[in-house]
Amino acid sequence: MERPTVTPSGVAVAPRRPRTRPLLRLLPLSPAVVLLLLFLAGPIAYCAWIAFTDLQLTGQAESSFVGLENFRTAFTDEAFLNAVWLTLVFTVVSSLIGQNTLGLALAALMQRASKPVRTLTGGIVITAWVLPEVVAGFLLYAFFRREGTLNAILEWLHLPSQNWLFTLPILAVSFANVWRGTAFSMLVYSAALNEIPKEITEAAEVDGAGGWRRMWHITLPMIRRSIGTNLMLNTLQTLSVFGLIWVMTRGGPGDRSQTLPLFMYEQAFQNSMIGYGTAVALLLLLVGSLFSVVYMRLLRTEI
Amino acid sequence: MRPTAVLIPLVAAVLTAPALTACGSGSGSDPDTLKVSFKQSTDNSVKVMDNFLADIKKQFEKANPGKKVELVPIKAPDSEYYTKLQQMLRSPKTAPDLVYEDTFLINSDITSGYLKPLDPYLAKWKDWSQFIDTAKAAAKGEDGKTYGVPDGTDTRGLWFDKGVFEKAGLPADWQPKTWDEVLDAARTIKEKVPGVTPLNVYTGKPAGEAATMQGFEMLLYGTDAGGSDPLYDKGSKKWIAGSQGFKDALAFVETVYKEKLGPDVADALDPNFGTRVRGELLPEGKLGINLDGSWLPQDWLPGSGHEWPEWSQKLGLAAMPTQNGQAPGKVSMSGGWTWAVPAKAANPDLAFEFIKTMQTKANAQKWYIANSGIAVREDVAADPEYVKAQPGIEFFTDLVASTHYRPAYPAYPKVSVAIQEAMEGVTTGDVSVDDAARGYDETLKDVTDNQVIEK
Repeated sequence: MERPTVTPSGVAVAPRRPRTRPLLRLLPLSPAVVLLLLFLAGPIAYCAWIAFTDLQLTGQAESSFVGLENFRTAFTDEAFLNAVWLTLVFTVVSSLIGQNTLGLALAALMQRASKPVRTLTGGIVITAWVLPEVVAGFLLYAFFRREGTLNAILEWLHLPSQNWLFTLPILAVSFANVWRGTAFSMLVYSAALNEIPKEITEAAEVDGAGGWRRMWHITLPMIRRSIGTNLMLNTLQTLSVFGLIWVMTRGGPGDRSQTLPLFMYEQAFQNSMIGYGTAVALLLLLVGSLFSVVYMRLLRTEI
Repeated sequence: MRPTAVLIPLVAAVLTAPALTACGSGSGSDPDTLKVSFKQSTDNSVKVMDNFLADIKKQFEKANPGKKVELVPIKAPDSEYYTKLQQMLRSPKTAPDLVYEDTFLINSDITSGYLKPLDPYLAKWKDWSQFIDTAKAAAKGEDGKTYGVPDGTDTRGLWFDKGVFEKAGLPADWQPKTWDEVLDAARTIKEKVPGVTPLNVYTGKPAGEAATMQGFEMLLYGTDAGGSDPLYDKGSKKWIAGSQGFKDALAFVETVYKEKLGPDVADALDPNFGTRVRGELLPEGKLGINLDGSWLPQDWLPGSGHEWPEWSQKLGLAAMPTQNGQAPGKVSMSGGWTWAVPAKAANPDLAFEFIKTMQTKANAQKWYIANSGIAVREDVAADPEYVKAQPGIEFFTDLVASTHYRPAYPAYPKVSVAIQEAMEGVTTGDVSVDDAARGYDETLKDVTDNQVIEK
């Protein structure tokens, strides 16, 4: 009878296994990998390539490689800089401030509400979230337009009305985005708040800490990671909002509400400058990446 | 038995094959089906083109047993229609066999290789000689070949509401001599007939080519800028920048919206405003003067969506004057649409047969009347039945003598967008006339590769 080989250290070594085993493990993955390469990595690489060309939708026999020309053009284009600025305003107002704080407020209030109230409120807020973007756009267009619901209410209250989509379009679409995107924040914060042990909150209460102090010193620090995660996801989502703004204002009037996604669309499909539009898309990705890096760092400091 | 090295790639290939196979399916198309894409009205109740094509489809399928016609409507405002069309033309998988192409896009799309020259077919089609020369020229590329069969032309002028004019104390046979007279009439209406929009001038990117052509060029081509063409210098083959006429036209637009002689700016910048003008404002007597095209009555004809048999008594027609009344004293722009065959069409021969069916004298005449178009077939234009079929057609046909055509070169679509942006800037008041003109000049250099001349 053959004995297992004993090494000097006294550890038995199992008989060598067939070399083909690692390859066998890759086999079930190969169809998925192929599909990902074809339908995801491929188009992305193609887009990255186009961003360095002068490809046009019409009016051109052949496109050619132009290096960083598109990016140089962008940074000297006032319309592009305007779009960057409006994108930041839109993201800060509707996502960081609007969705984030309203979501937290709703989650906190719902924690101490009775079950029927929680169910009803949650249902309503989540309904706004699941509405298709275009439907939400038309709803809010009807709300904000000159003959819309908001002006009707204001006039009934004898308050001054104005054409919100015309005079303050970026704020109107920011509000719209808050309205339809708060549910996600609410859900994230509800889950986070439920994770806080009751004993800690009760102990603080016994020690005489009021509601706001408990929120500031106990609740917020304890859900810090959720805040970071929620901000990152909200921000990246909000940066690329197109349909809602397009339906409500088309980026207008003029370019008063033309965020980067709408500027990108205008350049690529209305001005036929596909290469330039794609370059702007890459820059939008870059902006998103910068936000990601910042949030990642904030999250990491907690570990 | 242990799996061998040979077996593993084989199994991998077998597992992967279904995924790869799916990628290639669906290419090519049925040789017995003709796909005809067309522009469907954004007004759901207007079915002029739908009905006409349905009729031609019946005729065609009856004359060609075994062949089927599939109608592919594209329902979109102008700008989106052009974009959608260009995207469809890029690939054989998405290219229809026949497309409805605005003449100003012909050269641009030709340069991109989207359209097929029709000269071999036209040489064998005896009806082609019936088409007037200017219409043929509109469908011609810079290479001298013909890329579309025109289905009518149009002219532009002023439509005015006689009821509004009466209330304002203005004459029923109004014919302004200068821009100032147009503005003065609008001011009078604003003062004396509350609740009525005095003057509509299409403006801005949302209106698209309508803003450029019905709005801006109807002004610009009435100035003294640039000699025969204020946009393009044919001698040097360069686009004209820095002209005073351009600023004067912008100033007119600015005046209309600053003095609130036009529609509310928010309405003017609605891409569906043109649909509202035809469907609501004019029939309801809420618009005093409308600078627009000759085709408006198509929405008001019997069987159309907004039947309005009294329109010819309610509305007056006037030519748009030149800026200061200088010769020739009136301005018109003409465009038109053509049926074109994509370069990547699967059934080009069948497509041209369909064109021939559409453009027989009888069918063309039916189309001109239903579409309120101006005939481009000489035999139809001479037919008394065509001339009397619709009031106003004589007025607009007479404008053909003094009408202008856009410089339909490859860069034109982008030049047009630049004009729209300049207009929109002065319409909202965000930009001054001088800054808007300067912005246009800079954009012009970009989109024309510096083929620009100052005049």
